[in-house]
Amino acid sequence: MPETLVQGRVWRFGNDISTDVLSPGTYAVAPLEIRKLHVLESVNPVFASECQPGDVIVGGSNFGCGSSRETAPENLKAVGVACVVAESLARIFMRNAVAVGLPVLVCEGVHDVFEEGQVIAVDLATGAVTNRTTGDTYQGDSLPEEMRTILSAGGILEVLRTRANG
Amino acid sequence: MGMTQAERILARATGNESVVAGEFIVADIDLALLHDIFAAQVFDTLADVGFDDVFDPERTVVVIDHLVPAPSAEAAAIHQRIRDHVTRLGIEAFYDSGTGICHQLLPEHGHIRPGSLVVGTDSHTTTYGALGAGGTGIGTSDMVYALATGRLWFRVPETIRFELTGSLQPTVTWKDVILYLAGRFGADAAQYKAMEFGGEAASRADMSSRLTVANMAVEMGAKFGLFAADDITNSYLLDHGGIGCEPFGPHDDAVYETVHEISLSDLEPQIAMPNEVDRVGPIADAEGLTIQQAFLGSCTNGRIEDLRAAAEVLAGKHIAPGVRLLVVPASRDVLKEAMETGVLATLVDAGASVLPPGCGPCFGGHGGLMAPGERCIGTHNRNFIGRMGSPDAEIFLASPATVAASALAGAIADPRDQGVKHA
Ligand code: SF4
Repeated sequence: MPETLVQGRVWRFGNDISTDVLSPGTYAVAPLEIRKLHVLESVNPVFASECQPGDVIVGGSNFGCGSSRETAPENLKAVGVACVVAESLARIFMRNAVAVGLPVLVCEGVHDVFEEGQVIAVDLATGAVTNRTTGDTYQGDSLPEEMRTILSAGGILEVLRTRANG
Repeated sequence: MGMTQAERILARATGNESVVAGEFIVADIDLALLHDIFAAQVFDTLADVGFDDVFDPERTVVVIDHLVPAPSAEAAAIHQRIRDHVTRLGIEAFYDSGTGICHQLLPEHGHIRPGSLVVGTDSHTTTYGALGAGGTGIGTSDMVYALATGRLWFRVPETIRFELTGSLQPTVTWKDVILYLAGRFGADAAQYKAMEFGGEAASRADMSSRLTVANMAVEMGAKFGLFAADDITNSYLLDHGGIGCEPFGPHDDAVYETVHEISLSDLEPQIAMPNEVDRVGPIADAEGLTIQQAFLGSCTNGRIEDLRAAAEVLAGKHIAPGVRLLVVPASRDVLKEAMETGVLATLVDAGASVLPPGCGPCFGGHGGLMAPGERCIGTHNRNFIGRMGSPDAEIFLASPATVAASALAGAIADPRDQGVKHA
């Protein structure tokens, strides 16, 4: 069974966080090690350096809007983000996040019920989102088995690699 | 409970009796499209992760259309790699350089079936909604997965329905309609959603117009831009590939997120202004701005109907000094028909430069780029900064008739002033 529980510290962002903010054009072709240092820097300059493995992003609506660059979710994963929970996700961003192995979840109302630094627990299988600091639980959209398999393998290409060699 | 057209398409592809908006599903892919920008990379990765075959060579279509004829040695080398992969994988539906633009070729050659699920490494894969098919763009990793397994996960989208009524005035086209909708509702109005175009006006729209509208549905964020398959679809399919179709559309009691009723009777020619597709107004908002380039082509408006509409405006006249008019037929078949019907001669006599079928200058790859400070009016679908060369060039989007009228005037012009089909 794929691992479905994520728990970590909350980083909070607003609406319409675009792929330009997640993967600035200036560093679009830079290697991942450089590129990831600039993720979200235009809205939070300390995020990239202070994000710890396991931290979770709580976003507003239309998170990841803009272009189809796969580097946007790749950067978040590279600085240690364990999951993005948002009011809504841009279509291509959501696809690409799963494809590169970054868990994402839509949970209506999530933006207003968390504060930066609180602890969040996300159950990808049931869609349950819990604020560990306050104890309140909210219902998000669960992720189907097939997507969880992709995520726990570390991305869609890893799934294929395993399948080809299995 | 009835299903929307998007829900019906995804239910079929999943093998379920029904699916509902919001649900995540794993669906079988009916057709996968790759073009020359991503095909070599995708096929390389496919081999790298251990797959020697694609799920079904007969349901994989590869088109070399973006960089044609190859503008550089690098592009030529990429094309060479694509040809090698295509041969190795046994893909027969391969359209080499000069055949045309993918979104024109797939309908034209009978690859698109109503109700089918089509994925492409190109955002304008929504075009196939014109034929009632669920066409949508995906990233390269997803495409590798789709080619390896023939399946892909989807979230069933909510649907916004547009009930379109009334009759368009002469010289106003469905390009004006979709520009108007983008302007009125915004570039993210249909984010992660399907758009359905219905109502008596939509059911009268010819296939060329439907292709234009579905093509640009993605400019409003849509995953699908759907028309119901009807008699018009049936005759188009009989003419292109020879196999007709049954009617296919949403159930009468489908549940929509929103329904907009819009009359098209009073619509004026529209224009999108730099640098957003949803910065749209009536033509008067931009009239009189001088232009250096006019572009007639792309998967949005490079069909014979579009070339003919421009030729009607340009017949017996000549474009203004200082204007370059670029004509790029969407496919070789379009080019041929334009030659045989005299449309091409009319355009050339009027001063047009004709480029070989392909994407041409549409995405700023090559062939008709612009200098800083220059202004272009084109029939394509995007006017983002730097899309046609210099980031300091301006791009306006409009219908073929408006582009032709502007080329004549040397400035953005109202096609209704050209004495053509004036009501
Ligand atoms: S014509 Fe333009 S929009 Fe259409 S596929 Fe080619 S580059 Fe893309």
